Amino acid sequence: MLAVQLADLLDGDPEGTGEALALVDGFDDALVHGLARLADERTAALAALAGAFTATPIGERLAEAAAEVASGSIAAEHLTTLAGGRAALFGAVHDALLARLDAALGREREPWSPAPESEPYGVANMLGGVRSWLRELAITGWRGVDHDLVSAVDQIVEALTAAPGQRRLAVLLDGFAAELRASCPIATMEHLPVRRWADLWTRAVLLAQDGVLPAEPRPVGLVSGRLLVLGVDVHEHGTAVQFQVHAVLEPADGGPARLVRTGVTVAKVDTIVGPALWTLAHEHKVLLAALADRRSLEVTDLPLLDSGDLVWHDDRAFLGKPADSFTTARLHLAGALAPAVPPLERAPVRIAEPVLVEGYKVTEDGSFDLGGAEITVDIGRLPSCGPLTPKLVAGSSACVGLVRWDGGRWLLQPLAVQAKVKRETVEIGTGDWAQGPTDPKVVKAEARAGDAVAVLRERAGRLLRR
Amino acid sequence: MNDRSPDGETVWAQHSRLRVVPPVKPRKLAKVPFVELADGRLQGVVSSGSDISRVYVSSIAAGTHDYNCSTNNNRPCGGLYGSPCKHLRALAAEAVLQYGLDRVARYLRVDVPDGTELVDRLTGAHEPAPAAMVFSRFLRHLAYLEVPETTMPIPEMHWFPAEGAVR
Ligand SMILES: [Zn+2]
Repeated sequence: MLAVQLADLLDGDPEGTGEALALVDGFDDALVHGLARLADERTAALAALAGAFTATPIGERLAEAAAEVASGSIAAEHLTTLAGGRAALFGAVHDALLARLDAALGREREPWSPAPESEPYGVANMLGGVRSWLRELAITGWRGVDHDLVSAVDQIVEALTAAPGQRRLAVLLDGFAAELRASCPIATMEHLPVRRWADLWTRAVLLAQDGVLPAEPRPVGLVSGRLLVLGVDVHEHGTAVQFQVHAVLEPADGGPARLVRTGVTVAKVDTIVGPALWTLAHEHKVLLAALADRRSLEVTDLPLLDSGDLVWHDDRAFLGKPADSFTTARLHLAGALAPAVPPLERAPVRIAEPVLVEGYKVTEDGSFDLGGAEITVDIGRLPSCGPLTPKLVAGSSACVGLVRWDGGRWLLQPLAVQAKVKRETVEIGTGDWAQGPTDPKVVKAEARAGDAVAVLRERAGRLLRR
Repeated sequence: MNDRSPDGETVWAQHSRLRVVPPVKPRKLAKVPFVELADGRLQGVVSSGSDISRVYVSSIAAGTHDYNCSTNNNRPCGGLYGSPCKHLRALAAEAVLQYGLDRVARYLRVDVPDGTELVDRLTGAHEPAPAAMVFSRFLRHLAYLEVPETTMPIPEMHWFPAEGAVR
């Protein structure tokens, strides 16, 4: 990302985002106190949200839902409609932000085209349970949530985790419920994550609708070619970790290079943290080796989804030549085609666009100053399973990272940096420890702590099936 | 940006990517494989030192500090002589390692002056509590290790950023 590109990115908010966010905030505030006790200004906030859609096909339904909820008749279908309205507004904010980012970077993006419908599969009674729990949450409001209400979802999550095709909802609800549980009593909690919980609630409502949503990512075909890794983004809550690899795919058929995401999500428990997380993904030896050794990958017939995600199959890949993320970013990032974003995934939180930044000065608060334009560096997001530290980032001279947007501003989340260590320029990335830590101090600490995964597996083997 | 900074009100209100539950600190799991602050109790499972297939379910209630220890089959622990047994002491010690003293003390509502141990500051008495619920939560915990992995994308995980451990 050049100084002029960053300056373009930061040049004011895209038109309309302020107004859209204000409507979203009004709705989110209603969820804090619960829909059962809507004060006048919150009734007005729901009406305002609905009002934004007056001229659209969902305008009438939204107006009806807002009115019914305000009058105290809170049916699940009204909540679904309101969640749809919030998602559409925040989706529009996402679209405006991403368009701004693409324009600033000169990045070309594929348009989204719906793939044909596939067979819906039914887990109707389970989803009904989810919807009524979400309804209870909305009626009660975050301030009123207690242990009993949180625990009511435990069995549903357990069933969803085991159900085919419901992993997204299961992982979302599990993380959400754990947060509510840890925050009890919420009535006296000092600061509430108001937008966040409304985000999670909204997405859960949408995912809990019967049948496959037309907006689910779908395979558009099988692709083969060379995969050049840019870096790995790690997502984690108490019971899941997702290693999401950002890469450039050079298709074997000679088509344009594409920006893709691929990776793996594994279940875990809260006491498995740090470098041990990688051991949970040990079956993907080729992928982990490519991350740890900085090698390219030759892949054959990987399903490509319309979301730009490659569905990883470790047995369809082998290690290629050495390829570091900085060379990849310098040579291939500028011309690569970015994927479309499926409608249901359009939320600002999903924006994570790989960029290369160099020639910056690190300011006192840790931001990168690029020719006078400053971007905040999200150093709180350096995963504990990798060697990247705030100190390394502060001393870096080049950075491959993800541009994100949160809390009303643009952020840079580092994935790899070039920095001087003992007067030598080295590259350090979040995936360096994919095959185990390489820092002797960390190796020692891990050995001292013992193998958490092995201990729990032993306990599981002895106690689970008796 | 620190999510839990004192001036965090706007940060908390308007951010989507937050780590609301602080990550736990790594600890050896062999003796006390499971600890949680849930349902108004510090509760967990302690492996028996003598029989590898036996475990104790130990719990301490927030506020009253009443405690209980029994086998997972509800047989009372022989070590409870009017004060917390070694299992309860181990549970409290490991909870402090996992969550930090502040979080455990706040949850149990106990004041722990410098130089004292949390478990010695508890004022409650032995009060039988059913072990089955805690034990089944432990089994559910273990069952996560058997959930198959997936390589389908889970876009919802963008709401759950990894957070750096303090090194
Ligand atoms: Zn005992």
